[in-house]
Amino acid sequence: MTLTPIAVGRERKLVTNKRTKVSEQTEWMLAVRDSRDRDAFSHLFDYFAPRLKGFIIKTGVSGAQAEEIVQDVMLTVWRKSAQFDPHRAQVSAWIYQITRNRQIDMMRKGGRPIPEELKAEPHQEDDAMQILAMDQEAQKLKHAISKLSKDQRIAIEQAYLGELTHQEISDQSGVPLGTIKSRIRLGLERLRLELKGLRS
Amino acid sequence: MTHANHHIPDAMLKAYAAGNISPHFATLVAAHISMCETCRVALGAHEAVGGALLDVTKAVDVSSSLKTDVFSKLDAPFVPKPVFDRSGIYPGPIVQAMKGQEPRWKSLGMGIRQHIISYDKQGSLRLLYIPAGQAVPEHGHNGLELTLVLQGSFSDETGQFGVGDVEVGDEDLAHVPTADAGAPCICLAATDASLRFAGLIPRMLQPIFKI
Repeated sequence: MTLTPIAVGRERKLVTNKRTKVSEQTEWMLAVRDSRDRDAFSHLFDYFAPRLKGFIIKTGVSGAQAEEIVQDVMLTVWRKSAQFDPHRAQVSAWIYQITRNRQIDMMRKGGRPIPEELKAEPHQEDDAMQILAMDQEAQKLKHAISKLSKDQRIAIEQAYLGELTHQEISDQSGVPLGTIKSRIRLGLERLRLELKGLRS
Repeated sequence: MTHANHHIPDAMLKAYAAGNISPHFATLVAAHISMCETCRVALGAHEAVGGALLDVTKAVDVSSSLKTDVFSKLDAPFVPKPVFDRSGIYPGPIVQAMKGQEPRWKSLGMGIRQHIISYDKQGSLRLLYIPAGQAVPEHGHNGLELTLVLQGSFSDETGQFGVGDVEVGDEDLAHVPTADAGAPCICLAATDASLRFAGLIPRMLQPIFKI
């Protein structure tokens, strides 16, 4: 989906210089969700499968087992695509969640307890500006992560990849990841606005 | 949707997103998020960080057959796992933990009842029923205890907790929660260690009641 910049006058140049198109990943995912598009799924697979494998190996899983998990995750992406809501989550965040669920399911009988789904209004139109904003937030998060020192990067990977061991969860201080934290706050604001719409 | 005033600590939301907490705590976190959009939003932000980490992960080549395998299964019949909906005062994740069954209350005396949902070396998950005006014996905590209110409300030294609110008890909190007037207070409590009771008799009962 391409967005037409609506800014006028002095701001116009600034706006048109920015990327005004949602990411390829989001476009592919929407094509899978809305028209079961296999070409789009093929692109998603080529982009995410090798990253997922690298990601899962970092959690201490062998290459062969990692590929089994990649297969399960990608099949879930296809089968549960109706649950993908680009107003609330970026493709990568949605796939991250599916991956963690799958890994926990494999380790624990009964799997992971999941919150109830939000009951969204039916036939809700996609809000292109909101989807674009979520995409841009993801870009900023990626950029913030790429600026981290090696130690900080390792610390945040450990926190979010999880070793599935009991960690010191009452430790509120955390590591000094100022940039990441401010990015999370911005992300929160965005998601909060979106949820306001769902509440009414 | 419920408007909660006391939320899940952010560090615990992060641990939930990463799958780094016990199933007992995870059920309570998922139940609270089912009732609280503030924490749903905060969880979304943590998942966005997880997603960004996935995005920047160095790609590792997958074997050539993997894609063929996945595509060959796209049309295979698929039966999704059953999803438990909210039932009365119990959000879906609690109904799931109870496998769709009603709680079987056991009396603890003084009108207080409990139903143990799960109990293992990692901790416990249980429902508590406290009649209006009744106090729970003074107790401290050896570890962490999270209490989510599902019906009614209770008050203790730290404040008042209504439906959707979560109280976080740790080693520094010794308290006497008392159910407020009105409907009986029903809570979900998750622990990672036994509680310490101040009075001798409750301590003797502790091994029997698995609290």
